[in-house]
Amino acid sequence: MQLATDDASRVDSPEDVSLLRRSRWTDWWLTVMHDKKALAGLVILAVFVFMGLFAPLIAPYDPNDMEYEMLAPPSRSHLLGTDDLGRDLLSRIIHGTRISFFIGFTTVALALVSGVFLGLTAGYYGGWRDHLIMRYIDLQWAFPNFIIAVYMVAVFGTGIFNLTIAISLAYVDDFARLARGMVLTIKQEPYVMAARAMGASNTRIMGTYVLPNATAPLIVQATVSVSYAILAEAALSFLGLGVESTTPTWGLILAEGRSFISRAWWVGVFPGLAIMLTVLSINFLGDALRDFMDVRETQDLM
Amino acid sequence: MVTWIVATLVFFMLRAVPGDPLVAMLFDVGDPAAAEELRQKYGLDRPLFIQYVKWCGLLLQGDMGRSIYGSRVPVSTIIIEALPRTISLALLAFAIAIGIAIPAGIIAALRKNSFLDHATTLLAFLGLSMPDFWLAIMLIIVFAANLHWLPAIGYVPISQGVWPWLKHLILPAIAAGTAFSAIIARMIRSSMLEVIKTDYIQVARAKGLRKNTITLVHALPNALIPVITVMGIAFALLMATTVVIENVFSIKGLGRVLIQGILNRDYPVVQGAILVVSMIFIFINLLVDILYTVIDPRIRFE
Repeated sequence: MQLATDDASRVDSPEDVSLLRRSRWTDWWLTVMHDKKALAGLVILAVFVFMGLFAPLIAPYDPNDMEYEMLAPPSRSHLLGTDDLGRDLLSRIIHGTRISFFIGFTTVALALVSGVFLGLTAGYYGGWRDHLIMRYIDLQWAFPNFIIAVYMVAVFGTGIFNLTIAISLAYVDDFARLARGMVLTIKQEPYVMAARAMGASNTRIMGTYVLPNATAPLIVQATVSVSYAILAEAALSFLGLGVESTTPTWGLILAEGRSFISRAWWVGVFPGLAIMLTVLSINFLGDALRDFMDVRETQDLM
Repeated sequence: MVTWIVATLVFFMLRAVPGDPLVAMLFDVGDPAAAEELRQKYGLDRPLFIQYVKWCGLLLQGDMGRSIYGSRVPVSTIIIEALPRTISLALLAFAIAIGIAIPAGIIAALRKNSFLDHATTLLAFLGLSMPDFWLAIMLIIVFAANLHWLPAIGYVPISQGVWPWLKHLILPAIAAGTAFSAIIARMIRSSMLEVIKTDYIQVARAKGLRKNTITLVHALPNALIPVITVMGIAFALLMATTVVIENVFSIKGLGRVLIQGILNRDYPVVQGAILVVSMIFIFINLLVDILYTVIDPRIRFE
């Protein structure tokens, strides 16, 4: 990932990559501006990121303060109402943004790095490394991703650290598989052979030629995975397998409000709405990204 | 072979857990001697390898051990009881999802860029972005808590009548099938668009065949081929949602057994449930592969 950004320093690249990159980002920006869905996605996502970053400043009340009227409907003082313990729902949801985004992005970053490492090693070197890594990927393929996450939580226990590890482990195979496939194709390209003929080291070939050319599908996959990771975190928290119950997370708020939905619809509606808007915005962006980078649709659904 | 590896993995991963089930169990007793006695009784004091061999031997006889709680019900009994519920739910969800996805995908493709197409696309995006458990809660709020049309929780076996069975499963099945439906609808749309452009559809049109014949007899079967490739992924999603949805609607299927088992640290139950879930998943993927060769005679297993 980093390699893609500091290409500017690499004068000996086959093409002037830095120029190419910059214009691609401009293109991407223009595409977003013209695509209503992508624009909506960007705006919603920006709002949530802002909310997450400045949660303590924005939230009208302390999210764990229990001194307000219980199960009060949305009103001017409590815009989204209060929950069964008399906590302000809006403040809790704003604070919940942090966990969702933290887990969503950290898990995917971890899965991306380790998956790409595995896939790159397997695809580039082949031989016993490929066999070993492929067996591992096949094994993980035998379990649905979410079930892996559930099982990992069963193994490691709950808590934010364990949750991050559990969810990222569940997505490693997706990235590994994708990266391996990309590498196998790119390896055959003339420019890689040329580099090898010129005596470039393996690490250099992988870093300079293979990885940058594999970024597009990986970025698309990563975007989609962020939305799935956020959904997975919410579902795990909802099932009681998430972060400690003192931290407000969207899934947990929903789980707590679940018993009261017949009397107080707001505790059931709003936290889920927050999850949906976030995931929707990421999906919109991911879709625009996929069109833009011209990545085939089949390889990224989960 | 895969089954055996999965079983082994399931066994050792859970044994690696730092927490001791007996610690959880004897939390209020707090007597180390009693704990030791129980440990001997359950064979937890033997070396790991012996435990493993014993477990494998029993597993081959269909014996998955007993729950460590209460009346120590055999795991196989729990699972056999749970399976029909999960299968009913999953099948109904599948039927609803396919019933919606195929027509929606076809219409969206035939009227590309029409209002209907955009509406379907937006709905598909919403379906993919909505947390399944939140959708379930929304359905409960509307149809169970307010309209009182359908029950909010529970399960009735089909032997007690089709309508009571169906009545309890409609809401869960809709909640579980939505994301699945969204994936399939989008796939059908894009692959129909590809197929419509091909020569044989042009020929059929030139022959003057009726529009419906072309769509259903010539285009649809060919458009379904790429859809089948994402079926495995879609099923992974369906299984994940089924696990969550069972917990929302208190249907004591595999998913609920699994989550309850984890929350109670009931190892034998968790092992059994995970094992059966992954077996089902492997079996479904096998079915998908076979279906693939049936629907597309060009593909042959070597």
